[in-house]
Amino acid sequence: MTAFQIILMGLLIICAVSVSFSKNLLNAILIYMSFSLVMSMLWICLESPDLAITEAAVGAGITSVLFFVTLKKIHAIEGTEPSKKEEPKDE
Amino acid sequence: MSKKRPASEYQKTFAFRFFRWLSGSKDPYLGEVEMHPQKEFRADPEAALRHEKEHDAILDKVYNPERNMEMKLFHKLYHATSIIFCLFLIALLLVTISWLPASGTIERPANNEVAERYIEKGLEETGAVNIVAGMILDYRAFDTLGESHVLFTATITVLILLRLNKTEKDEAELSDRRFEPKNDAILQLVATFLVPVIIIFGIYIILNGHLGPGGGFSGGAVIGAGLVLYLNAFGFKKTERFFTEKTYKWVCFFSLSFYCLAKSYSFYTGANQLHSVIPKGTPGAILSSGLILPLNIAVGLVVACTIYAFYAMFRKGGF
Amino acid sequence: MGPNLLANYGEAVSAVLFCIGFTNLLLQTNLIKKIIGLNIMDSAIYLFLAEKGYIAGRAAPIVVDGVTSAEAYINPIPSGLVLTGIVVSVSVTALMLSLTIRLYTRYHTLDLDEISTQLKKEGR
Repeated sequence: MTAFQIILMGLLIICAVSVSFSKNLLNAILIYMSFSLVMSMLWICLESPDLAITEAAVGAGITSVLFFVTLKKIHAIEGTEPSKKEEPKDE
Repeated sequence: MSKKRPASEYQKTFAFRFFRWLSGSKDPYLGEVEMHPQKEFRADPEAALRHEKEHDAILDKVYNPERNMEMKLFHKLYHATSIIFCLFLIALLLVTISWLPASGTIERPANNEVAERYIEKGLEETGAVNIVAGMILDYRAFDTLGESHVLFTATITVLILLRLNKTEKDEAELSDRRFEPKNDAILQLVATFLVPVIIIFGIYIILNGHLGPGGGFSGGAVIGAGLVLYLNAFGFKKTERFFTEKTYKWVCFFSLSFYCLAKSYSFYTGANQLHSVIPKGTPGAILSSGLILPLNIAVGLVVACTIYAFYAMFRKGGF
Repeated sequence: MGPNLLANYGEAVSAVLFCIGFTNLLLQTNLIKKIIGLNIMDSAIYLFLAEKGYIAGRAAPIVVDGVTSAEAYINPIPSGLVLTGIVVSVSVTALMLSLTIRLYTRYHTLDLDEISTQLKKEGR
C-alpha cells in the first residue's frame, strides 16, 4: 500500500507541475481533472471513503464542468470563436 | 397693524433688495459690469489629432514593458523575489514537517480523547453506522448548516454577477445554441440510458449516508451532474418544464428551513435534558439514526439544485 | 532537519503541492490558471489534514460488526473537516469563474497584466 501511495503522490506532483507549464488552457483543465481523480484514489488509501466519493463527484466532475463552461463562454476553445460580424460589442 | 403696500412700492424698499440678494434670484453684475459673451470652443482637428497621438505615445512608453525600463526591472525583480520566496516557504514547511511526530502512528496530537469519544459513543448516541456522517450531521450539525448556507449565498452571488435581462437572455441563448450539436443522436441515446442510472445512484448515496460512505454532499453532486448531462443532451426547453427559478427558490427554502427547525428542536431538547421524541431505530436499518437521514436528504437537495443552477447560470445567465 | 522527514512523506508532498499552487498564484498571469493554482493549494491542505488523522493498520470510521473500540478505526475528525472544505471550495471556484467571465466581457482578455494596463490607461 505504501508503494502505491508514493506512486500516487508522485503523480500528484507531476500533474501540478504540468498544469503550471501547459500552454493550452483546455489541456491545463484536463490535467487538473486527472489531478482530482488521483487525489480521490489517494483518499481511499488514506481510509477516507467519504472524501473519495465527494472528491470524485465534486472535484473531477463539477469543478471541471464549470471550467469548461467558462472556457466556452469566453470562446477560448478552438472552433467556438464568434464570426467577425458578431464580434462582442464594446460597452 | 401694518397696512398692506402695493407691489410696486414694495419693490423699492431695502428689505426687498436684501432678500433678493439673499436668495440669489438676481445676478448683481448683470447690467452693471461690462461683459463679453464667451466664444464657442471649436477644437482644431489637427491639434486634437496631434494631442491624441502624443497621448498614445506617452501611454505606450509608460505602460509597454518593452519600452519602460523601470517596469521591466520590476517584472524581473517580482519573478525573482517570488521564486525565492516560494523556495524559502518550501524549505520552511519541510523542516517543520520533519519535526512532526511520524505519520500513521497513534502519538499524533490530533488523535486525542475527542476522536476516541466520537468513535466509542457515536453509534450509541447518534445511531449512525458511518461515524463521519454522525459527526457532521449530529455532533457538529451547525457546521453543516453554515456550509449549506455558503452554497446558497454563492448561488445568489453568481446570479447577481451573471444575470442578464430578458432580451439579452434570449440573445445569449441563441448564440449559446449556435455552437452546439443540435439533436445529437448519440448523445441523446447515451443520456437516455445514463441519466436515470446516475440519478438513482445519487439517490442511493444520499439514502445510505448514515450506513456507508457518502451523504448529502456527494449524492447531491452526483444528482447535479446527472441533471447537467440531461440539460446538455436535450436543451433548456426540456429542463425548464421541471426546473425553473421558482423550483430552486422553494426547494432551497424548504430544505434550509427544515434543517434549521429540526436541528433547533434537537439542540433544544439536548440542552434542556428533555426526552426527544425522534426514535433512533436499530443501527444498520435504513430508517434509523434519528434526524440524520432527513438532514442528508435536505442537504442533498440543496447541493443538487445549486450545481444545476451554477451550470445554467454560466450557460445563459439565469435559469 | 528533524528525524521524521521520510516517515512524513505524505505531509512533505502536501507542502510541495502547496508551494506549487502558491507559485502558480504569484507568477501566472492567466486568470484561469490562477484559479487552478488556488484549487491545488486547497487540495494540498486537505491532504495534510487527512494525513494527520490517518493511523496505519486501522479501518475507515464505519462501524463493522458492532465493534466500537477506539483502537479499531482511524480519526474521523479530519474527514469531517475536509468534507466541509471540499464543498466550500466548489462555491469559491464558481464565484471566481463568474468574476472571470465578467472581466472578460469588459476587457476581452484573460491576461491580468493587460487588464491592469487597460485600467491604468483609462486613468483609474
